[in-house]
Amino acid sequence: MAEVDEIICVVCPKGCTLKVKHEGDEIIDVQGGCKRGERYAASELLDPRRMVASTVRVKDGLHPLVPVYTRKAFPKPLIPQLAKKLREVEVTAPVKINQVVLEDALGTGIDIIASRNMPQAE
Amino acid sequence: MKHNYDVIVIGSGPGGLAAAISAKENGAEDVLIIERDVELGGILVQCIHNGFGLELFDEDMPGPTYAQHFIEKAEGLGVETLMDTMVLDITPDRKVYAINRYQGYIQLAARSIVLAMGCRERTRAQIMLPGSRPAGVYTAGTAQRFVNVEGHMPGEQFVILGSGDIGMIMARRLTIEGAQVARVLEIMPYLTGLTRNYVQCLLDYGITLQKQRTVNRIIGKDRLEAVEAVSVDEKWNPIAGTKEIIPCDTLLLSVGLIPENELSKKAGVLLDPVTNGPFVDDRFMTSVPGIFAAGNVVHVYDLVDWVTEAGYVTGKGAAEFAKSKKVKAGEQVPLKAGENVHYIIPHKLDPGHLEEEIVRLQMRALTPIEERVRVTVEDEDGDVIAKANEPYARPGEILTLALKPKAHEDLCKASSLTVHIRKR
Repeated sequence: MAEVDEIICVVCPKGCTLKVKHEGDEIIDVQGGCKRGERYAASELLDPRRMVASTVRVKDGLHPLVPVYTRKAFPKPLIPQLAKKLREVEVTAPVKINQVVLEDALGTGIDIIASRNMPQAE
Repeated sequence: MKHNYDVIVIGSGPGGLAAAISAKENGAEDVLIIERDVELGGILVQCIHNGFGLELFDEDMPGPTYAQHFIEKAEGLGVETLMDTMVLDITPDRKVYAINRYQGYIQLAARSIVLAMGCRERTRAQIMLPGSRPAGVYTAGTAQRFVNVEGHMPGEQFVILGSGDIGMIMARRLTIEGAQVARVLEIMPYLTGLTRNYVQCLLDYGITLQKQRTVNRIIGKDRLEAVEAVSVDEKWNPIAGTKEIIPCDTLLLSVGLIPENELSKKAGVLLDPVTNGPFVDDRFMTSVPGIFAAGNVVHVYDLVDWVTEAGYVTGKGAAEFAKSKKVKAGEQVPLKAGENVHYIIPHKLDPGHLEEEIVRLQMRALTPIEERVRVTVEDEDGDVIAKANEPYARPGEILTLALKPKAHEDLCKASSLTVHIRKR
């Protein structure tokens, strides 16, 4: 039996409501969005992912933390575990933008990278 | 150091950076940014979440990455900077007085000034929250600075008042850092932030949002112990029998932003009581010739991409003004907010600019319309000069209408323009 789920697309700031008609894992039709919305609906149904941003501690930096994020959208169910893991990471200044602070996070193949330069404290 | 500049930009957030870059690119030679923090970037420094750059770059960047792109661009173009420096005063003849700990009191002069001070959060006093005055009541942005930049957790058990974007983003951020967010309360019957933030920040983390509900009382002696929440009617009157005591040690307020215009007022810039920002033309020049305004100091945007875009337009205007000896302001047509429009930016425009470029009008709806709407720009006779269709109109989300060069002739004939948002 085909079911219709309503999901709100988060790809861009428009926030369209997508009507996703699917039979189990197979998507039959997506209404109410654009091409990117169709891809989002498929991923949201089968393997929901989000960009995750957080901070890690930094030694000798201008600030005590450096902001980091997942290079790619990260599996949603693993986010709490990732958050816990990042609280244990510490790096030393200077940090360069895009520098990897945690490689292959939780075996997902996704690196966690710095989102800015963090110079040393003067 | 130099004392005379073509363009001085006050503030180095996204609006200020874009204005400085664009001023350089449009021929201003000496451009200076004055920033009160120790580094460039403004509020983007603490906005570590993703979602920046989707409109301009089709890329999903965190705030600091977005800022760094423009910081590097400004530095590459030779924009000068004065950091850790507070501007004390500006005058209508474009003198700038500032102070820092390295040079002491500084007096500068500019051919044009760009105001880019951004905005400020509304506080407990401004929404008149009753109750005691314990520690643990913060604006959401202050908590964001603590958590994301300075490395302090302000509490363990949170209630967030207001469904603005910063409030929702902080709800997620605090959850990721291990805190509990008991509730997000919104006094309006609708979400005041972006829908995508409701999904990504609240739904994803199982955080409850209650609309038409607010904080009625703050409870606690030294430290916040609980808040009393209550439902309200359309006129915000508490409804009997709906009280709930929610235990928490921290209350975050995400109850709106106000453009920061203390300096603008000192220069004699006229402010619009609806936006709390300056009256501006389509180059974002204020009522004082040569003084421009970029970004959230004009009106509070939803998206940084649009702040950047506005900054570019402003920088072009500032450079043109700085280069020309005499001001040749063309005939300007006033723009008015019509049916279901809360406000419209710019307040007036020079139809001549449409000859070669697109002029973007940005507006907020007064009340939500959850069905297809048409935005129209009409002249004094009610003739439609431009229109755009949108899937819905929500007060939390700015609507943009791009006036294209083909509207040039009609605009030249109009003596005033009114913008409406109506059901289709």
